[in-house]
Amino acid sequence: MSAVRTEALHKHYGEVRALDGLDLAVEPGSIYGFLGPNGAGKTTAIRILTGLAKPTSGRAWVMGIEVGRGKRETSRSIGYLPQDPAFYPWMTGQDFLDYVGRVFGLSAMERDARTKELLAIVGLTEAAKRKVGGYSGGMHQRLGLAQALVNRPNVLLLDEPVSALDPAGRKEVLDLIEALQGQCTVLMSTHILDDVERVCDTVGIISRGRMVTQEKRENLLSRYAEPAFEVEVVSGADKQLYRWTRALEAMPWIESTAMHGQRTRIVVSDVQTAQRELLASAVQAGLVIARYEMVRPSLEDVFLRLVRAERGG
Amino acid sequence: MIFFTALRKELLEQWSSYRLLIVAAVLLFFGLLSPVTAKYTLEAIRLALPNGEEIAALLPLPSVNEAVEQYLGNLSQFGVVIALLVTMGTVAQEKDKGTAALMLAKPLPRGIFLLAKLVAIALTFAVSLALAGAACYYYTLIIFEAMDIAAWVALNGLMFLFVLIYIALTLLCSTLTKSQVTAGGMAFGAMIVLASMSAVPGISEYLPGQLIGWGVELMAGSSTTHWPALGVSIGIIAAALASAWAIFRRQEL
Repeated sequence: MSAVRTEALHKHYGEVRALDGLDLAVEPGSIYGFLGPNGAGKTTAIRILTGLAKPTSGRAWVMGIEVGRGKRETSRSIGYLPQDPAFYPWMTGQDFLDYVGRVFGLSAMERDARTKELLAIVGLTEAAKRKVGGYSGGMHQRLGLAQALVNRPNVLLLDEPVSALDPAGRKEVLDLIEALQGQCTVLMSTHILDDVERVCDTVGIISRGRMVTQEKRENLLSRYAEPAFEVEVVSGADKQLYRWTRALEAMPWIESTAMHGQRTRIVVSDVQTAQRELLASAVQAGLVIARYEMVRPSLEDVFLRLVRAERGG
Repeated sequence: MIFFTALRKELLEQWSSYRLLIVAAVLLFFGLLSPVTAKYTLEAIRLALPNGEEIAALLPLPSVNEAVEQYLGNLSQFGVVIALLVTMGTVAQEKDKGTAALMLAKPLPRGIFLLAKLVAIALTFAVSLALAGAACYYYTLIIFEAMDIAAWVALNGLMFLFVLIYIALTLLCSTLTKSQVTAGGMAFGAMIVLASMSAVPGISEYLPGQLIGWGVELMAGSSTTHWPALGVSIGIIAAALASAWAIFRRQEL
């Protein structure tokens, strides 16, 4: 049984098809990266799973219970962190977790213990008695994660949990999510590929409200593996690198190139020719090479390729 | 159990946001002011205006009846305005800020969410009206004479019901929109419609405004009743709450 499943889920807002037959299946215990460009339908799908929105057609299940039919049962099984979690500014962090514990029907002792435990996990023990209205963005997000865990959910639904955070805050929250592996099923929507690559073991790519592909991250990377090379030059040689990269694009064995500062990434269609000619060509062009290696594709390569293909681009 | 959890949060919010204190202070002020105004208005006219003596001679002498009328006039106007202000953001703001979505994704039923808000605001007004009523009764006793306690309690009960109508209507408006200003505007519109309808002969006796008149008659010792107006008032409250619930349970957050 999947922890989360949707079947031909449609959600239309007038002419706009936010979801267009989404089929999703999240295996129990996995950290599922729900990846897609902005407006792909990620938030809509999560809102339907939480019961906050209703599908135009199609069905969804959480822990085998159909969403909407057993609202109380499904809401007991899930923890939910919206994209911009909002709290009652007059409450302290501790008060808010206690209130959530009351909503889940925890006893006073359970609430007290769980509140302390969660505040410690998310690093808010010292700010526990401060009003939430005075919390920073990162503290909001960490409190948001804590409130989503109060009921020890079977399924944790996280909507863009780190998109609004600075690098330090992002690392903290991703570490927390990574630490949940094995404790519950996590479905995390994001458009940031690095985050998925870092913490998720399964990836679902959504575009225009449809699932493009979903499978184990490693399988996905292997399946879409295409030979790529990276060449990095020393400081000051970027103009030469640019000219060389442009010139390469005319070669029949080159698929695509992408330049980032002093580094260029070259995806090839013929590995043997590339291995024979690429380095020689770089030396001949007079590049002072700092690094040259054959690399495996990143999730970004796979994502862009799949989304472009889905859009017919 | 879940209802009391939601109610506890709402009551704490009433306290933390000073709404309870503000409503109690304003209504208490008018409760104290009403007998004082009744007693000294005539005196003020006599002293302040050039031909005050002549004008004062045309006006009735201060009495308990003037104190009661002042009280009803003040509270039926300011009480309703404060009810609108306190209630207009109660659901709209939570929808707008996202706290409603966060909490309603948990096992907190939407009907309980609404009911807790209504009961918390109703309790705020019940406490405030009790204070205002007690203050007015005490000052009237000092300045004029004792009033019939049973009639006074009944009058305040009718006043509470009158305010509760506007709380329920404003809650409905707050459920319909995400903007508390829009909700307030809609509720104000409903208030104008009800007030305008009261001027229509044949209809007014069925409308909530009749509750205020009933209060005056009770204090005057009259045994006249206005059960239709009471029934319509309770009906408006029930219809507003049922509509709010029916709309809110289908709303996407």
